Amino acid sequence: MSETQNLTLVQAIRDGLHTELREDDDVVVMGQDVGKNGGVFRATEGLFDEFGGDRVIDTPLAESGIVGTAVGMAAMGMRPVPEIQFSGFMYPGFDQIVSHMARFRTRSRGRFTLPMTLRAPYGGGIRAPEHHSESKEAFYAHEAGLKVVIPSTPYEAKGLLAASIRDPDPVVFLEPKLIYRAFREEVPEEPYTVPIGEAATRREGDDVAVFTYGAMTRPTLEAAETLGEEGIECEVVDLRTVSPLDREAIVEAFEKTGRAVVVHEAPKTGGLAGEITAILQEEALLYQEAPIGRVTGFDVPYPLYALEDYYLPSAARIEDGILEAVEF
Amino acid sequence: MTVFDRAYDDTVRVLDEDGEVVGDVPDLDDESLVEMYRHMRLARHFDGRAVSLQRQGRMGTYPPLSGQEGAQIGSAYALDDDDWMIPSYREHGAALVHGLPLKQTLLYWMGHEDGNRAPDDVNVFPVAVPIASQVPHATGAAWASKLRGEDDAFICYFGDGATSEGDFHEGVNFAGVFDTPTVFFCNNNQWAISVPRERQTRSATLAQKAEAYGIDGVQVDGMDPLAVYSVTEAALEKARDPDADRPRPTLIEAVQYRFGAHTTADDPTVYRDDDEVERWKRKDPIDRLEAYLRDEGVLDDERVAEVESSVEAQVADAIDAAESMARPDPRELFEHAYAELPPELERQYEEFAALRDERGDEAFLED
Repeated sequence: MSETQNLTLVQAIRDGLHTELREDDDVVVMGQDVGKNGGVFRATEGLFDEFGGDRVIDTPLAESGIVGTAVGMAAMGMRPVPEIQFSGFMYPGFDQIVSHMARFRTRSRGRFTLPMTLRAPYGGGIRAPEHHSESKEAFYAHEAGLKVVIPSTPYEAKGLLAASIRDPDPVVFLEPKLIYRAFREEVPEEPYTVPIGEAATRREGDDVAVFTYGAMTRPTLEAAETLGEEGIECEVVDLRTVSPLDREAIVEAFEKTGRAVVVHEAPKTGGLAGEITAILQEEALLYQEAPIGRVTGFDVPYPLYALEDYYLPSAARIEDGILEAVEF
Repeated sequence: MTVFDRAYDDTVRVLDEDGEVVGDVPDLDDESLVEMYRHMRLARHFDGRAVSLQRQGRMGTYPPLSGQEGAQIGSAYALDDDDWMIPSYREHGAALVHGLPLKQTLLYWMGHEDGNRAPDDVNVFPVAVPIASQVPHATGAAWASKLRGEDDAFICYFGDGATSEGDFHEGVNFAGVFDTPTVFFCNNNQWAISVPRERQTRSATLAQKAEAYGIDGVQVDGMDPLAVYSVTEAALEKARDPDADRPRPTLIEAVQYRFGAHTTADDPTVYRDDDEVERWKRKDPIDRLEAYLRDEGVLDDERVAEVESSVEAQVADAIDAAESMARPDPRELFEHAYAELPPELERQYEEFAALRDERGDEAFLED
C-alpha cells in the first residue's frame, strides 16, 4: 500500500515535479524565480535545494527566452518543464509556442519532437493585478501540435503533470490558481500518471450534461448539488484536457441527457464552449432537446478585482444557465 | 593574443579583394582549399538555378544566397561532424557543407516538408522562418549539451535584421548567463529586405553587441572565406574546450552582401543602387579565393573547368531527383503533428480519404 499525503493542488504539482525530477535526469525545471525562491506560488519550493541549480534553473526574466531555450533543449532530447509565472505573461513567448513548440515535430517530419511541458498558473479569482487573471486556453487549444491540460484536483494534477512531462509531445499545462489552495486531497507519494485526453465524470445525472474544467468545476458542482435538491440531476463532466478533447465522453453524456451546458471562465466568443457545442451538433444533433447553453466569462478584457466576481461565472449564473437548458 | 582580443571594428581578414594575403592563412591542405572553393561554386550555381526554377514556376518562393558563399562555406568548414547547425532559411550552402543533400533544400522550397528532414547523421536543425526565433533554440540546444556533460558546439545563423528582434537578445543573453557552447553567426548582408543595416541599430558594429551580454564579439570580412573559417574555427574550439577565463559563447559578425533579392518575391532595385551592388560584387568571395588559389598554384584553368562541370552535374542531378519526387500523400499532413495521432485527427483524415477515394485526386489538385 502506497503512502499518501494530504495535499493542496499546488503542493501536488510540486510533488509531481519532485517525482519527475527524481525519476528522470533529463527533466529540468526552469523559469523566473523557480529556484531559490521556490516559485511565486511555491510550486517549486524546495526543489532547488534538493536538485541544485542545473536541474531547477532560475532564468533571466524573458518569456520568449524561456520557451525558446526549452525548445532547443527538448529538441536535443531533454524534458524541460519551463514555468511562466502567470499565463497573462505568456504572450512574449507566444511566437515560440505557436511557431516552434507546436510545429517542430511536423517541420522535421518526426526527427525532432519536443517533450516539453510549459506550465503556467492561469485564471482569475485571486484579486491579482491586471494581466494576472486571464484564461486564454483557447489560443493554445487552437494550435495543432500542442496538447492543453487543465487539472482540477490535487490527485489528478500530479498524475496529469507526470503524464505531460513523459509525453513525447509538447504540453501546455495550465494550473487554475484559484484552487491552488482551496482544498486538500490524498495524493500518493509514488509516481503515477493520469492519462491526457480523457474527461472525468464528477457527478452522474440524467437531466442535463454540464461540461467544465479547471477552477469552474467547483461552482459547477455546487450548482448541480443545489439543483439536485430541486430534483434536477446534472451529469457534470470535467474535461481535464481541452486539447485533444474527449469527444467520446462529451457525446456520451449528451446522448444520455439530450441537454447540455458548457461552463468556463474564458470569454464566450471563440472559447471552448463553442467547440463543444459544435461537436454535439456534428455528432448528436438528433439527441438535442434544447439549445446548448454557454455560461462563460464576458467578452470583455479581464477586469481589475473590484469587478471580477461579476465577471467570473458564479454558481448562481451556472444554475441559471442549467435551468434554461432544462426548462426549454 | 587570440582573434577575440581586438576592437569590434578591427575586421579579421586573410585575403584582400584581389586575393592577396593580408592576414594569417589558416592551416588547411590544398585539397581542403579546393573543396572549399568547389562548394562555393556549387552554392553559387545552385542559387542561380534555384532562382531560375522559381521564375519558371518549378519552385516556390526562394531566398537567394549569392554573395554570401564566403560566410556560409567558410564557417561550415570549421564544424566537426558532431557539431550542430541551427540555420535561418538562407543557409543552403552552409547546410550543404554540413551534410544536408541539395535535394533536401530544393524539396523544401518546392513545398515538400520532407526537405526539412535532415538525415539522422546530419546535425542540422530544420529551417526557421520567423526572424531570430532560432537563436534561443541554439542556446537551449547547446545548454542541453552542457548540462549532459557532452562537448558539442552549436552554431546559429541569422541576419543583421535579426539583431533587432527580442529573441536575438533573449537567446544571446541566456547564452551569456549560462555560458553555453554556442557560436552566434550573424550574416550581416547589409539589408533586411529593404531596410538597411543602419536602420536596424545605432550601434557602430553588430559585433559589439556581444559586450552587452558579456561574451566575445568579433567582426570578420564575410566575403573572405579563409578569414571566416579561422574566426569560426577559433570560436567553435572555445565552445568545445573553453578557457577558464573566457566566455564560451561568441558573436561573430560576418560583413558581407546579398547580391540578389531577399527572396524571389521582392525586387531589390526598388531600394538599393546599382553602384552599391557593383561595388560589393568586386569583393566576390569566389573570385577572391580563386585568385589566391591560382597564385598558390593550387588551381589552374583545367582544374577550374573541372570544378565547373562537376558542380553543374551535381546541381542538375539534385534538381532531377527533387522534381521526380512524387507529390506527398495527404496522409502526411497528419502523420507528424503528434507522436500518436489523436482520434479526432484520425477521423478528419479518414473522412477526407474517403472523399478522395470517391472523387479522385483531380477533384482536389490544381492542374
